[in-house]
Amino acid sequence: MEELAIEVRGLRKTYDDFVAVDGIDFEVRRGEIFGLLGPNGAGKTTTLECLEGLRDADEGEMLVGGVDPGSNRKKLYRGIGVQLQSGSLPGYMTVREALRLFGAHRGVTPDPGIPARLGLAEHMDTQYAALSTGQKRRTDLALAILHRPGVLFLDEPTAGLDVSTRIALHGIIEELRESGTTVILSTHDMAEAEELADRVAILIRGRIAAIGSPRDLTATGHGMTRISARTTGASLGCGAFADFRPEGEYFVGFTTTPGPAVMRIMDHISRAGDTLVDLRVERPSLEERFLEMVRDESA
Amino acid sequence: MKTVALHYSFEFLAGMRNRTLLLMNYLMPLGFYALVGTMMAQINPFFGDQMIPAMVAFAILSGTIMGLPTPLIESREGGILRSFRVHGFSAAPLLAMPAITTAVHTGLVAAVITLTAPMLFDAPAPTDPWTFVLITALLAFALSGLGSLIGVVSAGSKVAILWQQLIYLPSMILGGLMIPVEILPDAFARVAHLLPATYGMQAFLGGAFGMESLYSPAAAAGVLFAGGIAAFGLALYLFSWDDKNGGRRGHPALAALALLPYAIGAIFLVS
Repeated sequence: MEELAIEVRGLRKTYDDFVAVDGIDFEVRRGEIFGLLGPNGAGKTTTLECLEGLRDADEGEMLVGGVDPGSNRKKLYRGIGVQLQSGSLPGYMTVREALRLFGAHRGVTPDPGIPARLGLAEHMDTQYAALSTGQKRRTDLALAILHRPGVLFLDEPTAGLDVSTRIALHGIIEELRESGTTVILSTHDMAEAEELADRVAILIRGRIAAIGSPRDLTATGHGMTRISARTTGASLGCGAFADFRPEGEYFVGFTTTPGPAVMRIMDHISRAGDTLVDLRVERPSLEERFLEMVRDESA
Repeated sequence: MKTVALHYSFEFLAGMRNRTLLLMNYLMPLGFYALVGTMMAQINPFFGDQMIPAMVAFAILSGTIMGLPTPLIESREGGILRSFRVHGFSAAPLLAMPAITTAVHTGLVAAVITLTAPMLFDAPAPTDPWTFVLITALLAFALSGLGSLIGVVSAGSKVAILWQQLIYLPSMILGGLMIPVEILPDAFARVAHLLPATYGMQAFLGGAFGMESLYSPAAAAGVLFAGGIAAFGLALYLFSWDDKNGGRRGHPALAALALLPYAIGAIFLVS
């Protein structure tokens, strides 16, 4: 049986009359990257903050690393790392001071490789208030991972980051997973979730609308797979396939059965004595599936 | 221990880097000391006799009541306390560190005033230096407790200013810093005894300067100690990590209990 890092049963949280989280259940396996996706106000941050011990749930049971976040926060915070979406540090604290203070509190010596990889090496003596938004988020992240936590919560970790830092961050997250850290990733960036997450849960109006691997979720939608083909000749033109249309040098079509469709195209090209130059099969993205689900829920 | 040392050193440096804290901890008390020392001695020749305790009490009031609450409120509103929480910090050091460093900053200012006033303004030095240090520490403890409590219970900086001024201005006017409490009408004298500065002045005069005081300096010191304990205890009890999560343990109005030791003193010590 796989070891669970997080167990949530019937989690419910309301703010006056507004139901932010409406009795959700999910599990996260140890060493997994688990994405929490949803539109604004779907309950992602409330869910995360209940798991992080920042909010008390109205109903339900939660275990994070075997600890109930509502009743044993001291033990909880020893085992988790958190990068808050709305967190901050004292404006007059330098990056170096923050790493030393939080490292000492955690009982670890900060690994100098972490600030270097997050592009903070040149800003170690800069005060937090003088850092750019991206540098602040990287500092928050460096603090969250400096003690190699068992469970890492990341709330919009790459918001405001440039491409190279983002790639470096993805590398660090994957390394953490390799070393056994469980990562809970809340993000609006579907491409990021699709690239990093082993499984995702899509939250809509406080309920889990879908849960599974990005591949499984995209496969269950009514989205069509896009097939683009380019040949040296014109075998795909002249109405060879009714559902294919020219787009620049390519012929592009959409299908729900990509396997047979590709076979059919290849066979046709071969019979026509034509030569295939390029063939692209693009399944529906998680973003398309996500938008589809949001539309369905709103309808 | 290393965490405590690092936390303390950061808080101390923050007091120097933050212009507002620099103003409240150093510039305002020392500037006011220079101004008052030059002018008040000419207006009121008797002021010189109590210049050192009055200016030390003023320095502590500035650093604690005016300086402590705002950074605490800004930390709560800006998510800084939440960040410390998820890294496993508890509330006590987050309240204690700024209070301790403020006490050290004001202690440095008190030392400057105490060492220079006899030379510059012919003010009498403390006759019992150790008692003077003890009372300075007790007054800083009591007032930093109130400053922390204001920061904990105020919904925002604007509300905090109201509470700050409610302690600061009456302390200046009625607390014996500018006008001796004994010449105040009875009702004003009782109101003055709801403020820590009044007890601090009486303890300074009777305990450290060999002058007459309205009651035993030890009793005044006891009230300050009890007031400090009550204020810090309530600040810890009412502490909330953020404004969004309504996790406060009691109603902010409970903060008024911090004045209870002073109210008891006003009833039993003021004849």
